[in-house]
Amino acid sequence: MSEFLTIQGMKIEVERMGAGSPLLVLLSEEAAYERTSPFIAELAKTHELVMPMAPGFGNSERPDWIGNPDDISYIFLDVVEKLGLKKIPVLGLSFGGWIAAEMAVKDDSFISKLSLVNPFGVKIGGPFDRDIQDIWTLHPSKVAALKYHDVEFGKRDYSNTPEAEITIVARNLESFARFCWDPYMHNPKLKIRLPRIQVPTQFIWGANDGVTSAAYGKAYSQLVPGASFVTVANAGHYPQIEQPAEVAKLVNAFLA
Amino acid sequence: MKAWYFTEMPYPHLPPLDTLSTMRVSLESKHFDPKIGADLYNRYLDEYMIADDAGLNMMVNEHHQTATCLDVAAPLSLAILARQTSKGEICILGNPVANRGDPLRIAEEMAMIDCISRGRLSAGFVRGVPYEIFAANTNPTQTVERLWEGIDLVQKAWTSHDEPFNFEGKFTQRRAVNIWPRPYQDPHPPIWLTGSSDFAGISRAASRGFVFATFLQPYEKVRQLFDAYRGSYRLNGQPGGGGTAFMPLVYVADTESEAEAGMKELLWYMAAKTEPQFRNPPGYVPVEFNVKALQGTFSGRTNAMRAQTLEFQREQGVVMYGTPDQVIAQIKRFYDLVGGFDHLLMMMQAGFLDHERTAQNIRRFAKDVYPAIKDLAGTKPLDLPIAAE
Repeated sequence: MSEFLTIQGMKIEVERMGAGSPLLVLLSEEAAYERTSPFIAELAKTHELVMPMAPGFGNSERPDWIGNPDDISYIFLDVVEKLGLKKIPVLGLSFGGWIAAEMAVKDDSFISKLSLVNPFGVKIGGPFDRDIQDIWTLHPSKVAALKYHDVEFGKRDYSNTPEAEITIVARNLESFARFCWDPYMHNPKLKIRLPRIQVPTQFIWGANDGVTSAAYGKAYSQLVPGASFVTVANAGHYPQIEQPAEVAKLVNAFLA
Repeated sequence: MKAWYFTEMPYPHLPPLDTLSTMRVSLESKHFDPKIGADLYNRYLDEYMIADDAGLNMMVNEHHQTATCLDVAAPLSLAILARQTSKGEICILGNPVANRGDPLRIAEEMAMIDCISRGRLSAGFVRGVPYEIFAANTNPTQTVERLWEGIDLVQKAWTSHDEPFNFEGKFTQRRAVNIWPRPYQDPHPPIWLTGSSDFAGISRAASRGFVFATFLQPYEKVRQLFDAYRGSYRLNGQPGGGGTAFMPLVYVADTESEAEAGMKELLWYMAAKTEPQFRNPPGYVPVEFNVKALQGTFSGRTNAMRAQTLEFQREQGVVMYGTPDQVIAQIKRFYDLVGGFDHLLMMMQAGFLDHERTAQNIRRFAKDVYPAIKDLAGTKPLDLPIAAE
């Protein structure tokens, strides 16, 4: 069930699902798929999921001034405040994980625990190091192989999908590029700010991620004080899509 | 009507095309031999000078990281033409101001070239085709905004002569703007703008008196675009005035079969391969196009016409070839079908078309075709009685 909040003059869609202790979920760039995915359904068995859609995703508006996840983090901090969420766990997936990290470095007082699954957001190496493979420059077939351990999980058939739903998918893809094109998939300031995060933090990483390698994930996790790091076998950049039961189990164990 | 000679300065000496996945963006530069490249640059500039001698005007453009176009800095080739030619007008179409990200440098370059050429310059601006996004690393969702902010700044810089000004835009911030030299033409060179379906942009171009140009589009589409341009004269309460331009591939010869052989060589350009991700970066086209892409019915704007047969392309006006009389008839037919236009931009060299035949094509057109179309009337506002005649 979706509701709309007005935040800084824009409409933000917030979907709620499931019953149990509340969990703030920031979906990935695959949000259109994830909303009805086995992973989310699994989590909804034991949590009331609160899922705000980033500007330009789902049915949320996208004003021109929003340029990156740093901007989005201020919107979502307002969402949290407006909904009166206090001391709740936060789960962020890929692009959503980056936004969650951007929120946590600004204010982690509302967060009980932070779980990040293959988040983008930092650059570890130097200018010539390819920390994050360029999903927009490589051939789509190569990108699929980098993103997924089993490329079947990345295939989407829109032949029977209503146009309104495909429009959301297309707009999500566009918004993702708007926010993450340059600097590519990272905020140069985030790495410096990550030590501000003081809440228990878990990094979950697809062991076969070809876009952001497990080594990148490990290095990212070491920037957050005391964060744990665990890999998921037979999964690429979206372990929540390829190994939904396994990832849900890891999240639930961490939150318990 | 004015006719303009154009080549994209191709580098066709590549391995067999079926062994390459792309000729643009990521084709390794190991395939470029600088000695061959040096010959090509000099040859292509010579051909522009032949066009000037023959009485044609000259147009240049630029692309990056591609074997289809060695002119990676059109102001450089334009500067050479400004100095080495003396008769024809010169046009850059155009400055990729969205991708280049330095509007004032463009304003300076154009003003300098306008002075060197003693006012023969037309200064075009382009948003840039999708492939250009990658070499420039411009956010593909913002190129239209960048284009217009850049044009606004250039135009202001060209026309401010009494005191420096500061500019604090979304993409460019500059202080104490005060360019030297000012353009030779007053208030500034004619401004051209390209487009393929952005009607808001066409209307804006018309209202500001820019020439509107479109390339390699079927006549029905061209008619829609030019009608939108003409219609905007009145809607914007402006005199309009710039006019319209169209670019086909053009080859003229003594016999039709000879011309067809020449045209088939020019089609090398249309067959240039590009990997799919370069044809449609996210956000370059509106969401409704990408809905079609997800449904599998759209793969980037530049693809549709290129896959068609020669006969179809000829019927649509995208290619014009034959004897002089045939080409005159094709131009006049196209002129009537699109409601008239002002500038014929002609890609007359592409691919392996050699120097001798390129020069013949240029001279033949200038001698036997151009005189017959020169007097075709220019663009008129749609709502004036003269347009209805």
